[in-house]
Amino acid sequence: MHARLNNAMAANGVLGEADAQSVVERAVRLSKADAVNISVQSGRETNLRFADNQLSTAGATTNTTIRVESVFGQRRASVVTNDRTDEGLRRAVEQSEVIAKLAPEDPEYLGPLGAQTYTPIPAWFDSTAELSADARAQAALTALTKARAANDLTVAGYIVCNASASALGNNAGLFAYHRSTNANYTLTARTNDGTGSGWAAAEDNDWTQIDFEAVARDAIDKARRSANPVAIEPGRYTVIFEPEATANLVSVMRGALQARSADEGRSAFSKPGGGTKVGEKILDERVTISSNPRDPLVLAAPFDGDGLPVQEETWIRNGVLEQLSYSRYWAQRQGKPVTTGGNSLRMEGGSESVASMIANTERGIVVTRLWYLRAVDNRTLVYTGLTRDGTFLVENGKIARSIKNFRFNDSPLFMLNNLEAVGPAVRTAGGGSLVMPAIKVRDFNFTSLSDAV
Amino acid sequence: MRVFSISGALRAFLFRPTPPMPSRRDFLKAGGVSLGALAVAPELLRAAPGSPLLAAPGAFRPLPPLYTDPATRELMLEALDAAKRAGASWADVRISRNRNNSVNTREQQVTNVVESDTMGCGVRVLVDGCWGFAATQELTSAGVGMAAQEAAAIAKANRVARDRRIELAPAPAHPDATWRSAYTIDPFTVSLEDKVGLLLAANAEAQKVANIRFVNSGLSFVKEERNYANTDGSVITQDYVRSWVTMSCTAVANGEVAVRGPEVVQPAGRGWEYVLEADITANAPKWAGEAAEKLTAKSVDVGRYDLILHPSQLFLTIHESLGHPTELDRVMGYEANYAGTSFMAPPEKVLGSLKLGPPMMNLIGNRSEVGALATIGYDDDGVMPDDFHIIKDGILNDFQTTREQAPLLNWWYEKNGQQPRSHGCSYAQSWADVQFQRMPNVSLQPGEEDLSWDDLIAATDRGIAMIGRSSYSIDQQRYNAQFGAQLCYEVRNGKIVGQLKDVAYQMRTPDFWNSLDMLGGKSSYEFGGTFNDGKGQPSQANAVSHGCPPVRIKNINVINTGRSL
Repeated sequence: MHARLNNAMAANGVLGEADAQSVVERAVRLSKADAVNISVQSGRETNLRFADNQLSTAGATTNTTIRVESVFGQRRASVVTNDRTDEGLRRAVEQSEVIAKLAPEDPEYLGPLGAQTYTPIPAWFDSTAELSADARAQAALTALTKARAANDLTVAGYIVCNASASALGNNAGLFAYHRSTNANYTLTARTNDGTGSGWAAAEDNDWTQIDFEAVARDAIDKARRSANPVAIEPGRYTVIFEPEATANLVSVMRGALQARSADEGRSAFSKPGGGTKVGEKILDERVTISSNPRDPLVLAAPFDGDGLPVQEETWIRNGVLEQLSYSRYWAQRQGKPVTTGGNSLRMEGGSESVASMIANTERGIVVTRLWYLRAVDNRTLVYTGLTRDGTFLVENGKIARSIKNFRFNDSPLFMLNNLEAVGPAVRTAGGGSLVMPAIKVRDFNFTSLSDAV
Repeated sequence: MRVFSISGALRAFLFRPTPPMPSRRDFLKAGGVSLGALAVAPELLRAAPGSPLLAAPGAFRPLPPLYTDPATRELMLEALDAAKRAGASWADVRISRNRNNSVNTREQQVTNVVESDTMGCGVRVLVDGCWGFAATQELTSAGVGMAAQEAAAIAKANRVARDRRIELAPAPAHPDATWRSAYTIDPFTVSLEDKVGLLLAANAEAQKVANIRFVNSGLSFVKEERNYANTDGSVITQDYVRSWVTMSCTAVANGEVAVRGPEVVQPAGRGWEYVLEADITANAPKWAGEAAEKLTAKSVDVGRYDLILHPSQLFLTIHESLGHPTELDRVMGYEANYAGTSFMAPPEKVLGSLKLGPPMMNLIGNRSEVGALATIGYDDDGVMPDDFHIIKDGILNDFQTTREQAPLLNWWYEKNGQQPRSHGCSYAQSWADVQFQRMPNVSLQPGEEDLSWDDLIAATDRGIAMIGRSSYSIDQQRYNAQFGAQLCYEVRNGKIVGQLKDVAYQMRTPDFWNSLDMLGGKSSYEFGGTFNDGKGQPSQANAVSHGCPPVRIKNINVINTGRSL
């Protein structure tokens, strides 16, 4: 058994399908519970940070954790361990059984999910999984060399690659396995006088698709253009959001797409007096928001955390709230089909470029990205947050000057009703598997100025 | 608290003699033979026989003595040797066991019970002035040796992009040190029935209050068994426990929704005894009543008000507006790509001169306050932390530092006749993560006069009194912030006249703190904190507390956040 464990660890430390399945099967055999659900998460993360024009920390972490949920009748509990040995697995199974027997009955437990059919998604790239420390250092040099040569700039950046495998299984025939890689690069350039800051980023499942030169060029260009900002009055403005900024605000709608909170009367999609807003037109008709694990721009997992197959789901179509997401329990209780969208989110794009949006704007503001978003009111999805790393005033169809950052208090539900133009949808890099377009909206609510650069 | 009654069958199970589970040590001993390597398992890391599974309700064991297990020590020294053989000029190693236990409920049902237990080893090396780090779950000499080699290989690969050499401030070695946090009852020895019983009893009390539709509550416990060694000769073992009990009460009526919570009890670096002291069953009707009352609260009129801020709300404003901008890594630009920089920069232009508040304002960084979350005996650089004035008599006086950063301030310490040293602010969230500068407890000192919350209200003609953390947001240099609260009360002529809703204050940090005009006294000093302060890439969580009295801040801009769809 020990020999098998050693073989199970490939060079990159990520469990292959047969080895993950063997962990699940061993745990199932050890189980004395009515039902047992096993989740195996295996991963290797490599990263490199730099700041102040020099390297800071760099590392590699390899780990595999196993989660065992034991169920007796309606009683259940989970134990998580990273001890993959036979003994470690046996202890986790036994501990979860002891705790599960002590847990009160969970009336929402529906029993184990049977075998499912998944269509594999090719989200694994050896280029990312097997990347060397030398390659990361060379990639960092693209920005470091430019900044050190320039004298007016300081760069800070982060390169991170993840290779991971996720396996789920139980004693009712379920087995799911998916492995994926992800490479992410974010870069901030700041002018040495402290008045300008520019951010650019790229993300892909495949390391070879990250254009380090282009990211460095964009961040540095933006830092220089954003130097010496002037203050303009807070208020309602026409705003051109670059894709990252669109993603920052549109993604907060994810939580509100849960049917349960809407049915319970505590979400933005609850209807006053009861029921939900499904079927109502809630946004501009150009807005379509969906989830698709096979989105070519974001290859996501073909199943969710419960093992349910993830299908393409459209939540909002042409401005109409088409459906909400139903968990297994809530679907059964409400007599609805289960709908799980997985992790990705896409807002359909249009055809207008940011350059064209600027050219068509008499007076407005271009926003690179948003920062520190927090819900102010969950009933309206009003969030507060700030602009950051490149905010510009547009006058008479041209970028006129760099301006100081603003705090906003506004909701994507208002913003997407005030739509003026939509650009092509692209994969954003701020995290969250998001595909979003640049958008232009009117009357966006900036409430105060920030001196932060 | 109410005692949770257990059925006869359950009782029979609980008191049934159960064979002790084989320990991790036993396995690693056996497994090591086949691996052909030293196979020692950390004694302190093994699954303790007094695990929660066997604990009877109400039965608590005394804490075991604390020491560095010889096997763990040997494994750590092997890792350091491997690092040196691979070319490291300096190295440290952490072998730790991280345990988490959470129980979550809604109304009269348990929604989640999770027990997590992971362990592993993280090795950090300096080779030719470059950092390298690698972490592994393989706790064998072969496993930690490979991690040390990989860390050194990463450091060597990075040499090509090096600008300046990393230099560490010297620190005394602690060859045989132990430390334990201020807990008396280990939450991991408390039975699940006691935990569930407490939560469901409290939920039931809250549910009795009119218009309370939803109640969620939860317990979250962390136990870290931290072992550390470095090539200076330190070998340190620490036992750290923290606890958090949360509860949120949601009232619904006439299309209005109002929530009190979930942070109604502050998290603490203490054990189960702290949860019992919080007495959530007795307090639940009060919290539920506050949510119900909020349904009919008046929507605030925008304008300028004097704010009276309770420690449960103020701690987060201190954290965001004073704690973060005095982290020296942010000041120097090391977080520019993520968490941001600081308006208190560069150090030579602000230390000793930037006026952040009135002379009554003193802010102390420390890892020593008993029961506070960032309190620890030794940091993840092997440094015994000290207490230091970040703000002294209203003027910026110092920054939070690690051994890598302290030398940047040598000029300032020498100018003040102080011995340059790290303040001991290095921390990693687990063995799998590299350590870096994290916030210690940053605490606002109470005023000389022993004023209370009520005294501050009585002294105020037109104000808003705010309790409990709610929505919060601040810019990347920590100037412009907006904070809400769970409960807001209108104050007129020295009295509370009713609840307000849709309240948030907007502030610019230096202006805000320079408007501080009343400080509560020693008896009004309380801690607020969080388990989840995020910073760094990859992002890591830090647990930190802030002690503070209630304060009054004059003439602050209040906005109305209410909108309708």
